[in-house]
Amino acid sequence: MGYPHQPHPRETPVLSKYFGDAGAKTYEGWVQRGGYKALEKALSMDRQKIIEEVKESGLRGRGGAGFPAGLKWSFMPKEKARPHYLCCNADESEPGTFKDREIMRWTPHAMIEGCAITAHAIQAEITYIYIRGEFTEPIAIVEQALAEAYDNGVLGANAMGTGNRIDMYIHRGAGAYICGEETALMSSIEGRRGNPRIKPPFPAARGLFGMPTTINNVETLAAVPHIINEGASWYKSFCLSNPKSTGTKLLSVCGQVRKPGNYEVVMGFPLKDLLYDLCGGMREGRTLKACIPGGSSVPILNREESEACLLDYEGCVESGTMLGSGGVIVFDDSADMVYQIMRLAHFYAHESCAQCTQCREGTAWMTRILRRMLAGDGEMKDLDLLLDLSEHMTGRTICPLCDSCAAPVVSGVNKFRDEFEAYIGRSKSAAVMAV
Amino acid sequence: MREQELVTLTIEGTSVSVPKGTTILEAAKQAGIVIPHYCYHPSLPVAGVCRMCLVEVEGMPNLQIGCATTVADGQTVRVYSDQALKARESVLEFLLINHPLDCPICDQAGECELQNYVFREGRARTRYTPTYSKRFDPVEDFGPDILYVPNRCILCTRCVRFMEHVADEELINVSERGDRAFIGIHPDRQLDHAWAGNVVDLCPVGSLLSKDFLHKARAWEVDKTASICTGCSQGCNVTVETRSNAVVRLRPRVNLEVNRYFMCDHGRLRYRWLNRGDRIEAPLLRDGQDLTATDWDRALARVAQIISGSGGKAVALVSAGASTEALFLAKEVLSGFDVTGACKVERVEGEQPLPGVEGLALRDERAPNATGARLLGFGEDFDGALAALNEASVVLVLDQALEGPEAENLSSAQNVIYLGTVAGDAVRAADVVLPVANAVEEDGTFVNRDYRVQRYFQAKAAPGMARPAWWVLGECLVELDRGESLTQAADAFALLARDVRAFSDLTYDRLGYGGARVAQQSPAEVSA
Repeated sequence: MGYPHQPHPRETPVLSKYFGDAGAKTYEGWVQRGGYKALEKALSMDRQKIIEEVKESGLRGRGGAGFPAGLKWSFMPKEKARPHYLCCNADESEPGTFKDREIMRWTPHAMIEGCAITAHAIQAEITYIYIRGEFTEPIAIVEQALAEAYDNGVLGANAMGTGNRIDMYIHRGAGAYICGEETALMSSIEGRRGNPRIKPPFPAARGLFGMPTTINNVETLAAVPHIINEGASWYKSFCLSNPKSTGTKLLSVCGQVRKPGNYEVVMGFPLKDLLYDLCGGMREGRTLKACIPGGSSVPILNREESEACLLDYEGCVESGTMLGSGGVIVFDDSADMVYQIMRLAHFYAHESCAQCTQCREGTAWMTRILRRMLAGDGEMKDLDLLLDLSEHMTGRTICPLCDSCAAPVVSGVNKFRDEFEAYIGRSKSAAVMAV
Repeated sequence: MREQELVTLTIEGTSVSVPKGTTILEAAKQAGIVIPHYCYHPSLPVAGVCRMCLVEVEGMPNLQIGCATTVADGQTVRVYSDQALKARESVLEFLLINHPLDCPICDQAGECELQNYVFREGRARTRYTPTYSKRFDPVEDFGPDILYVPNRCILCTRCVRFMEHVADEELINVSERGDRAFIGIHPDRQLDHAWAGNVVDLCPVGSLLSKDFLHKARAWEVDKTASICTGCSQGCNVTVETRSNAVVRLRPRVNLEVNRYFMCDHGRLRYRWLNRGDRIEAPLLRDGQDLTATDWDRALARVAQIISGSGGKAVALVSAGASTEALFLAKEVLSGFDVTGACKVERVEGEQPLPGVEGLALRDERAPNATGARLLGFGEDFDGALAALNEASVVLVLDQALEGPEAENLSSAQNVIYLGTVAGDAVRAADVVLPVANAVEEDGTFVNRDYRVQRYFQAKAAPGMARPAWWVLGECLVELDRGESLTQAADAFALLARDVRAFSDLTYDRLGYGGARVAQQSPAEVSA
């Protein structure tokens, strides 16, 4: 328990290899551990070759959407007519996710190196690292690491002595969930309200400050140096199930398991093994009731589905959910699913940016219905209403926040209907005021 | 101009061809379909936030918003498919859960886009059962003429985008998040931009209200008439709203060549003079020290007697707010004289532009027809004209107020024919006083600073026996045997077009509601 834990034998520590190793935080320590070799190599490589290598590796976005990273980079204009930007998304605002935090805490230079390689590949002179404001410790560490990287000539106007300009700035978020959404993040960096923007235009065409921009998650970027060092085929070999999902994935397990924490496994790893083996299973006398495998925004799995789910992009979809950011939230049989789902809906209602009607009003409405249910005033027709509202809140808005609110509600109502009905069936006087 | 590439698509079974890059919402307008929308406004950057204009586009998995989706060749768009209708119905339901539904006391009722679309596509009953409370925030005073009623707000952000992108002064924003969001204002500032009043027009619901119009009239009680703002020489197209023969509100009328969708607060709020009660209601004739009310026949006969009995020099003091027709006919009436004519144009320091619209500003020249007067030969040497009064055998005053010393000058003049709406100091020196209609009581034209001739229409009845100045002057010509009775402003304009080259190819039909530029102006001059 606690962190850092000794890697479980079934883990594959690539990104987490130096978690807990305080020496890896410093520039010297990082170089001793083989750091910045990949950057040196990449700076001498043809840009197109880097992008091809990453494409070939099958690396996909670790922030949630799972979009192929190399493909995303290839959307950037080949001829640089205007400034290009790279944004490193270290907002990590998805509830249940805490992997980027650990990358920044223990291996900040891995992130910086990944950013530098990517910036070089997409011809970005400036990289913004958008870190959520609550991450005070990681921010301090990354600031320190950046200063060291500058002092040692890794970054700056003459990065690694190659004459390339690679500058990096930290932008601290102010605590809005939505700023983890890529276009909202860019609005936030621009000094505007963190509102998602309509796509198209996509960031590669009109992103930060209206310029071509690529935005990647910390974990995605931290994997890039390994791909450059070891090659695409090495990375691609990390695959237990569907060949479209390659590499290792950091999974942040939280909730009612014996050993919550970050676990790095190969894509396609069974969720069942993660929970029962790596995490030590449920608490004494408890059984698994439900699991959200990809951060709070994805549909909830019941016990049977969880035990059959393979943790990669396709496997999760097959199980009716998504891999998302890899925040595994575990509920045992003591969990009150109605309350948990209300908490999730409440979170989204609180964090809705207020742009799209469905999201602004719908998330709050759902929360009220669920609260009323918990208070013992629910009616059977409320369940149908929740499902109907969910239908109108899915796929209709600028960004997926609204869908993210609907997903746990729909899956919750469908899979744990008896718990909802129990609340509705209770007489008002006997109702436990859970809220 | 380069030939624009056209894209052909089918919207609800109607095939339309529109330039590449057009949005579905704009293309649908060409098919005669207005896709319901709130946040979209043609003058503002697309926000795509209200999600009201969701339509079904064949081949796309999700519904698309018409305002932000550009057309593609061969596309099939369905506005009224079950899926699209259901989606819009749900948006309306969401919009209404926090909306107070206080339509009976809301100024916007009757012209409210929320009300309209709910009646058209909304649910009969809400499922937001009454045990839930609605958001409540108190009414806020935003500025000199703007109130914000947050409870009615649907957060379409048109006002925010107007202030940011068109007025270029970011005084308001969206504050808070989720369903607690509201339009916030800079804590130390007021919404007092010279063009701020447009946010009231842009607001699709009754959230931003004009204090001036507050509870003054219901939308369905007012009559609307196309007109031209008299506030300055920009010539913004406006709609005059009247109730019980009184102007209650001015609002901008779309003219993409002049004011697009906007008008300034100066013009918007400067309408009370049109409702003045102290009007001259009957022709007056001098009888010794007194002015005595008479009828038109006698008054016109007296004018003819004065004109035909005099010769030599004449002075015309005209208003730069008189119609082009009246200015022309005033010249005609005095055609046998050596005329010194001038108008007085009020000028203030500093124009107040609307940065987002090129060529649109509250102009320092504060008269609607100064250009028309100039085209007809009325200069601005008003003092020179006053100095010439002594030598004049006839003086014609056309609705030009003369005060204090100016009126004193007039008292020494002889044969003063005064056409006016109100009896100013100048009336004391007049031999004949002829009551005329003001700018909303007659048809006519103004020429704006860009040489655009624009028609305005009669919005209310003139008081008593007052008549349009062009009619009065036309009757003077009849009395002088120099013309036939003019029955409508178009006849007066036809005479003008016949005799004045600049207007030669214009007719009222050609001018229509949008106006047209006078001939003989080189483009450089026109745009100057």
